[in-house]
Amino acid sequence: MVEITIRKRPQTEAVITQRKFFKKTARGKVVKVLRERYLRDDVACGIEGCRECSTEISRLLPPSGGLEHQLFPNGHYILPDTNVFLAQMDLIESSLFNPPMILLQTVLEEVRHRSLPLYNRLKALTKSEDKHIWVFYNEYRSETAIVREENETPNDRNDRGIRTAAAWYNTHISLTHTPIRGQKQMPHPTVVLITEDAANRQKAEQSGIVSVSVRRYVEAMKDANVLLDLLSAEGSHNIEPTKAAAGRQALYPDYLPTPTLIAGVKAGELHQGHFNANQYNYLEGSVPVPAFDKPILLVGRENMNRAVQGDIVVIEVFPEKDWKAPADEVVDQEAIQKNDDAEDSGEEGDENDEEVFSKESRVLSGSSNQKPPSERQPTGRIVGIIKRNWRAYVCHIDSTSLTSTLTTSLSTQTVFATPVSRLLPRIRLRTRQAPTLLNQKILVTIDRWDSTSRYPEGHFVRALGQVESKEAEQESLLLEFEVPYRPFGKAILDCLPPEGEQWVVPPKGEFDLQNIWRDREDLRDVIVCSIDPPGCQDIDDALHAKLLPNGNIEAGVHIADVSHFVLPDNPMDSEAAARGTTVYLVDNRIDMLPSLLGTNLCSLRPFVERLAFSSIWELTADAEIVSVRFTKSVIKSKAAFTYEEAQIRKDDPNLHDELTNSIRLLNTLAIKLKAKRMAAGALNLASPEVKIHLDSAESSDPIDVEQKELRETNSLVEEFMLLANISVARKIEESFPQTAVLRRHLPPPKTNFEKLQDILRKTKGFSLDVSSSGALAASLDECVDAREPAFNTLVRIMATRCMLSAEYFSSGSVAKDTFGHYGLASEIYTHFTSPIRRYADVLVHRQLSAAIGSTPLHATLHSKSHVERVLDVVNRRHRMAQMAGRASVEFYVGLALKARGEQARARGEPDVREDAYVIRTFRNGVGVFVSKLGIEGLVTFKRDTQFDAENYTITVPGAKEEVKISVFDKVVVRIEVEKDKNTQRGKVKMTLVEPVDSSAF
Amino acid sequence: MSADRLLLTLSDSSDSSDGHSRIEILNTGGYRSDGRRQYELRTISIDLSPQGSGADGSASLTHGLTQVNVCVFGPREAKMRSQTYHDRANVNIEVAIAAFSASERRKRGRGDKRILELSQTLKSTFEPVIQTSLYPRSQIDIYIQVLQQDGGLLQACVNATTLALANAGIPMYDFVCAVTGGVHSTSALLDLTLLEENDLPNVTVAVMPRSGKITLVSMETRLHVDRFEEIFRLAGEAGTVIHREMRRAVKDRTEQLVASMQSVGRPSTGADVGDNEY
Repeated sequence: MVEITIRKRPQTEAVITQRKFFKKTARGKVVKVLRERYLRDDVACGIEGCRECSTEISRLLPPSGGLEHQLFPNGHYILPDTNVFLAQMDLIESSLFNPPMILLQTVLEEVRHRSLPLYNRLKALTKSEDKHIWVFYNEYRSETAIVREENETPNDRNDRGIRTAAAWYNTHISLTHTPIRGQKQMPHPTVVLITEDAANRQKAEQSGIVSVSVRRYVEAMKDANVLLDLLSAEGSHNIEPTKAAAGRQALYPDYLPTPTLIAGVKAGELHQGHFNANQYNYLEGSVPVPAFDKPILLVGRENMNRAVQGDIVVIEVFPEKDWKAPADEVVDQEAIQKNDDAEDSGEEGDENDEEVFSKESRVLSGSSNQKPPSERQPTGRIVGIIKRNWRAYVCHIDSTSLTSTLTTSLSTQTVFATPVSRLLPRIRLRTRQAPTLLNQKILVTIDRWDSTSRYPEGHFVRALGQVESKEAEQESLLLEFEVPYRPFGKAILDCLPPEGEQWVVPPKGEFDLQNIWRDREDLRDVIVCSIDPPGCQDIDDALHAKLLPNGNIEAGVHIADVSHFVLPDNPMDSEAAARGTTVYLVDNRIDMLPSLLGTNLCSLRPFVERLAFSSIWELTADAEIVSVRFTKSVIKSKAAFTYEEAQIRKDDPNLHDELTNSIRLLNTLAIKLKAKRMAAGALNLASPEVKIHLDSAESSDPIDVEQKELRETNSLVEEFMLLANISVARKIEESFPQTAVLRRHLPPPKTNFEKLQDILRKTKGFSLDVSSSGALAASLDECVDAREPAFNTLVRIMATRCMLSAEYFSSGSVAKDTFGHYGLASEIYTHFTSPIRRYADVLVHRQLSAAIGSTPLHATLHSKSHVERVLDVVNRRHRMAQMAGRASVEFYVGLALKARGEQARARGEPDVREDAYVIRTFRNGVGVFVSKLGIEGLVTFKRDTQFDAENYTITVPGAKEEVKISVFDKVVVRIEVEKDKNTQRGKVKMTLVEPVDSSAF
Repeated sequence: MSADRLLLTLSDSSDSSDGHSRIEILNTGGYRSDGRRQYELRTISIDLSPQGSGADGSASLTHGLTQVNVCVFGPREAKMRSQTYHDRANVNIEVAIAAFSASERRKRGRGDKRILELSQTLKSTFEPVIQTSLYPRSQIDIYIQVLQQDGGLLQACVNATTLALANAGIPMYDFVCAVTGGVHSTSALLDLTLLEENDLPNVTVAVMPRSGKITLVSMETRLHVDRFEEIFRLAGEAGTVIHREMRRAVKDRTEQLVASMQSVGRPSTGADVGDNEY
């Protein structure tokens, strides 16, 4: 049973105890604020054994104070003021710094007001066992409560409050330490005011309070030499008081008006392009523009001027002498802005801003210009934004930015949301449900970014679910890559054949009401089979081959006839065009077409009759094309193999059936085709592909990761698909020179390879000839290190990254000499073979069908602008789908690593270690590639190492001597998955184990 | 008895909470933002002296910085036939909230939904408590004027109305004493200020201290079921504490009246308020 009392507040004290004032809100409303304060005499001083103050709390300050300090042999308590905590938190947190400390409420509240993160650190300290901190609620104690006087700034008022409290403590101690009769009078401990403000110290001395500066206090301490290092430089000069709301200064330059931008771009003075943030360094971005070979570099926040990844921006390029080279340092946004405050940052130029600013400028000046001029890039600044590309971003709430983490709290809080993507800035948002959103993935959209605000402002859209739950992670991935994943609507499903699953190819003849057999060849007797990855449901290609009487070989590629079901311009077609592609995630597939078509009616399953679009060649034994014809057909596949099954069947010498023979025939042709392609200069590129083993279909817990194995049969299918695509490309380009849907891969600009060439020359002595794809292929073949079999793959991966990505285009839109496909070394190419999962293929099917006179071409496919528009979408979706797939693999690799780490721990092994290769060096870290897991990671060092940018090496102190690490070196890394304390998102953390253990630095 | 609906601070809570987000509701030292501890109620001051306009009874009450005035007229002859009951008196409550009372200046007309809701709540709270059957075909008018708001508006209205009714000599079965309780994390708080009210789930409970009956429970926020019982019980107990204060005020006022009547030399008629109950 608790005691309920009425607290009396005498009317005579109203001056001190109640307050009424008006204030103007951010939105300009004037609001009346009423406050009252109940002063009490039972606020405890916190000194053990005090006769007047009784408290049941056990952790009190020692009665005699701290006795170890030279200046105060009689014992003392320190009473620091606000600025000490704001500037010297590292010192206070040190385990060596633990004199008994009185923390005043005034100080605590001021710290809270200035910086929440610092306040939270301070709060944690008051609770820690090894600190003696007593929080004294001076504002509630009747003797120490003060009111702000007229013409007194809030700062002065607080300083006076602190002095009043210090004086009270001294009298209180002397009163309660009166000698007990018969005992010797003991000198009582003093309360020492610690402040950096000289004026404050002077006033304190006048009223008889002992006060010292932090430096002087620390100098006379036991461990002074260690502790003095922790004093921050800012401690030496005064910190300006918080600038009032009037001081809302612009942090970013204003944008130029749109007409000026457009005129400038037209005149060539300004440049327009997509903004790309740098994922390693949030203070840097780049914008590729046609006018320069290298992308334009943007250094620093002001020059990036509020651009967000993907925005279309307009840039002014600086004169050439101001050009810079990109920084060689990893700059983590979270580390630098850790103490930034969601509520005021950017709105008031407070010391926090200055701190962030000084750190940032240090980083920027660090990336100075000692770099060779060859590495300099055109540098500029953003002067305007043509189009924002903002969308909803998947974020986590930053827990340190919360004022209250209690779920009962209903008040609005301003918090930071950290986007999952490292390319985006933190977003500030106001929400009432911040505490419940912690540990959740949430969707946040950016609303605006004012020039007075350091961060963009946004709002909460919805919660996706707990961090690391599969549903939330999957949905966030789809949202992050803008994959349309909603189920198909009724209008779309209505476009499916009404027979549904019962749909069959009607018998030939009079029962064929829909005229399906018109212009269709009957290939049901041909020995056709399909070869796909295991578990494949959407089989869109099948093959056959047979010897012709004249010694030539007939080979056929049969592709699902999707265009028979997906008619132009109906809802299903529009939806497929909007989706562009099927997205494959590790545990899920987001279909482009309803699954009835994708996995059933169009899928070329074995033993059922299916409609197909066939491409049939007559080839000589040397795989020279004699003739090719395209026809719509009906096939009945005889078998559906996995790559492995097909391989085993082919290699089994006992099998001589027709099916096996046709696979062998196809294989011999494929080998010849490949040899020809290679001779023509096709590149054999490598990309890190791994396969995730799932526990079972239901739980989908990853067990392990392994690299994908490639078999001969993979190559078999690939060669014939390439052949079909190239043949079809020729045919449709010939028939529709203006609107043929083609695919090209532009040769990469030479400059893209400069860095890789340089690295290879300096570290391994290889040279890379990039004059043509053939030359590149040849020189890549020579990059072999006998001791490192993986080296060649690594170089290939890095070379691939220097290249551009392939794209769809309409043949009438670009010059004919740019049709070529660089990677495949083919002068023309398209996608024809996977219409179930790619929309471009559906268009190609329609065009091919028209080209052979089977169906008339739909009007939209005659329009160049329409085709361009559709292909723009498809290109973007295609890119996004690839990234989503990769991100999904990454997530599962992370889960697998975590599981593996736990298993290892369960078995008593220390941790997960893997071989890795250095692919980049930074001033303060190395980028590594773990080929076994197909992941890239970053090993960062806390302190700078000797960094040789010329030779791409860093030198780190080892156990005995210094160790040099350069690009392509093999190292061993320890891989852990750790949760970010703030955002709860799992991060793969890597530390070097060999050649040196980097956990120490 | 009133159902557990409604009531509120008549201020725009989203706006007033802006500047306050930096204030801790309950700090680690166990103090609330105004220096009170969890179970300490704000200072209460009661003035029962007549406030002009010839009201039959009036009361001015403050809980901390929340201030309301109540005037009671009647029982008197009902003005409108439609609102006349043959077996009991009609209780008519009108609430007016001064434009300057809330943090944001805002005029609320008589038709304002919030005000109607508030007066309806009060009406259903007091109808069963006032012995209306003693005055058939008559009406009792209660005019409430809110002068300043700092949380606990409903509680102040209920308490002030009780006092004004007592002051007017209208027979009631019991006092009605209301207190607001809230919960911060797992700690219960009593008598919330506006700042606390905006941040915490809260419930206002009115008790009749003599019988221990509850005549009003009003809740506008969501409160966890597990916490409800505790808060409900505490607020009820706090009501009895408030009751002591109210009873003393009524007694003092009566004594004062009696004393002044005796000084004029006339004997007390005994028809005054305090006889039967306290």
